[in-house]
Amino acid sequence: MSITLKNITKSYKKVTAVDDISFEVKPGELFGLIGPDGAGKTTLFRILTTLLFADKGEATVAGYDVVKDYKEIRKSVGYMPGRFSLYQDLTVEENLEFFATIFGTTIEENYDLIKDIYVQIEPFKKRRAGKLSGGMKQKLALSCALIHKPKVLFLDEPTTGVDPVSRKEFWDMLKRLNDKGITTLVSTPYMDEAALCDRIALIQEGKILKIDSPSNIIDQHEKQIYNVEAKDMYQLIQNLKEFPENESVYAFGEFVHYTHSNENFHPEKLEKFLSERDHKNISIKPTSPSIEDVFMDLARKKDVKPTENEA
Amino acid sequence: MKPEETVIEVENLTKKFGDFTAVNEISFKTYKGEIFGFLGANGAGKTTAMKMLIGISKPTSGEASVTGLDVFSQPDQIKKNIGYMSQKFSMYDDLTIKENITFFGGIYGLDRKTIKNKIKQIIESLGLEEVANKLVGALPLGWKQKLAFSVALLHDPKIVFLDEPTGGVDPITRRQFWELIYKQASQGTTIFVTTHYMDEAEYCDRVSIMVEGKIEALDTPKNLKTEYKVDSMDGVFLKLARNIE
Repeated sequence: MSITLKNITKSYKKVTAVDDISFEVKPGELFGLIGPDGAGKTTLFRILTTLLFADKGEATVAGYDVVKDYKEIRKSVGYMPGRFSLYQDLTVEENLEFFATIFGTTIEENYDLIKDIYVQIEPFKKRRAGKLSGGMKQKLALSCALIHKPKVLFLDEPTTGVDPVSRKEFWDMLKRLNDKGITTLVSTPYMDEAALCDRIALIQEGKILKIDSPSNIIDQHEKQIYNVEAKDMYQLIQNLKEFPENESVYAFGEFVHYTHSNENFHPEKLEKFLSERDHKNISIKPTSPSIEDVFMDLARKKDVKPTENEA
Repeated sequence: MKPEETVIEVENLTKKFGDFTAVNEISFKTYKGEIFGFLGANGAGKTTAMKMLIGISKPTSGEASVTGLDVFSQPDQIKKNIGYMSQKFSMYDDLTIKENITFFGGIYGLDRKTIKNKIKQIIESLGLEEVANKLVGALPLGWKQKLAFSVALLHDPKIVFLDEPTGGVDPITRRQFWELIYKQASQGTTIFVTTHYMDEAEYCDRVSIMVEGKIEALDTPKNLKTEYKVDSMDGVFLKLARNIE
């Protein structure tokens, strides 16, 4: 196994950031940690990259124990933290050379690994890292994390705050790296990115809601979801929430996703209910779930309340 | 949306930094009670454009007015008359919920009685009774953002600017947040919002997409999808941004 976690728990004062988490990442896998801010993703990354001790549990990375063999792990992994953490005053080229040197290698030695990514920023290699655009910083950070050919790559929210086009490009890069056999653990709050991973863990408030391949997670979701459409979205949401025995009502792009709390759902009854409330152009059609639907279904069962949380 | 009362009017608005044109002659209008989505790739000029509209950056040329106030000559009045919240800064973590509301109420010049009423109203409508005296820093992000939205509306502005209000927020709370937006818009407040979630673009009445400093598209989500022959706003966005390259 490339990564193993057994009953890992970590608390900060009163807040349990990571609560008894166990999972494994196989060699060559692209594994996604999918969850919102405060789920515990960064804490997990910091434990696995030996920057933080867990309170309880055990973990290994590339076969090494995160406590005993921390020095080995630091040599064997690449880590791209959520916050840009390269040297702003060094140029693109100097940053890359710096990281190659401290890991005892050269840019030339592993150039083929970063080539696809680095050529995109090479025209700016004399520019200081602090002066790069967000997208270019991201590519440089990834190049630096890869330059020593790590056994395991850790990417903590590489696409947060990034526009959809750049996000797509970044995932294309990840896919290509993964094809070269680099085991990758990546986290994201964007549910639509989950589909691109081999396996994912859905995580919220320090707990794992589910682990499997994206397609299994979707196939195993038994709740029938209906796409409901009508002219006035806001009123539609309000009225659907008044429909007897509704279970969940969530806006979903141009539709509202509706689930019923039991088997006795009759679309024609709902349609009548809505037209009595002056809705026009009503359409109710069954649809298949997305990862986001599954996530919300699992999270809703936990009943999230406004309690104290990690700041 | 009833396109009668104009809340923002922008004509050939431009901002240059040296040789670089960040915002290049953009023109648009937004109306009372409209949810206006302001989209674009990173670096397309959205933030610069927004800064000019909220009165903190002086345009190089062009014209713009917000709630009838001129961005060149009345930037300070604009700041008093609009609501603003962003993902990066919303409230003070070291103050309690009540203290934050009181503080921002004071900034907006509300009297004590109004502030007291507002505190009650906000705490009730968001169901925050149990945590009203807790520090804002201790709240989950989603709750913080819902509260920040209410605080941005304390002085009943005609328009509120939301800069990526839902980034990193869990999917359920993200939807609750949008229900607050809908509700506010249905009461006549104009919502000017940026987001990287393309499903949220679908919730807007109209959407503009900026590419390299220009507004390349501006229409209802439905019309944009028809025009670009795709079935989602994600598709529209990808097509526009990719075509330019």
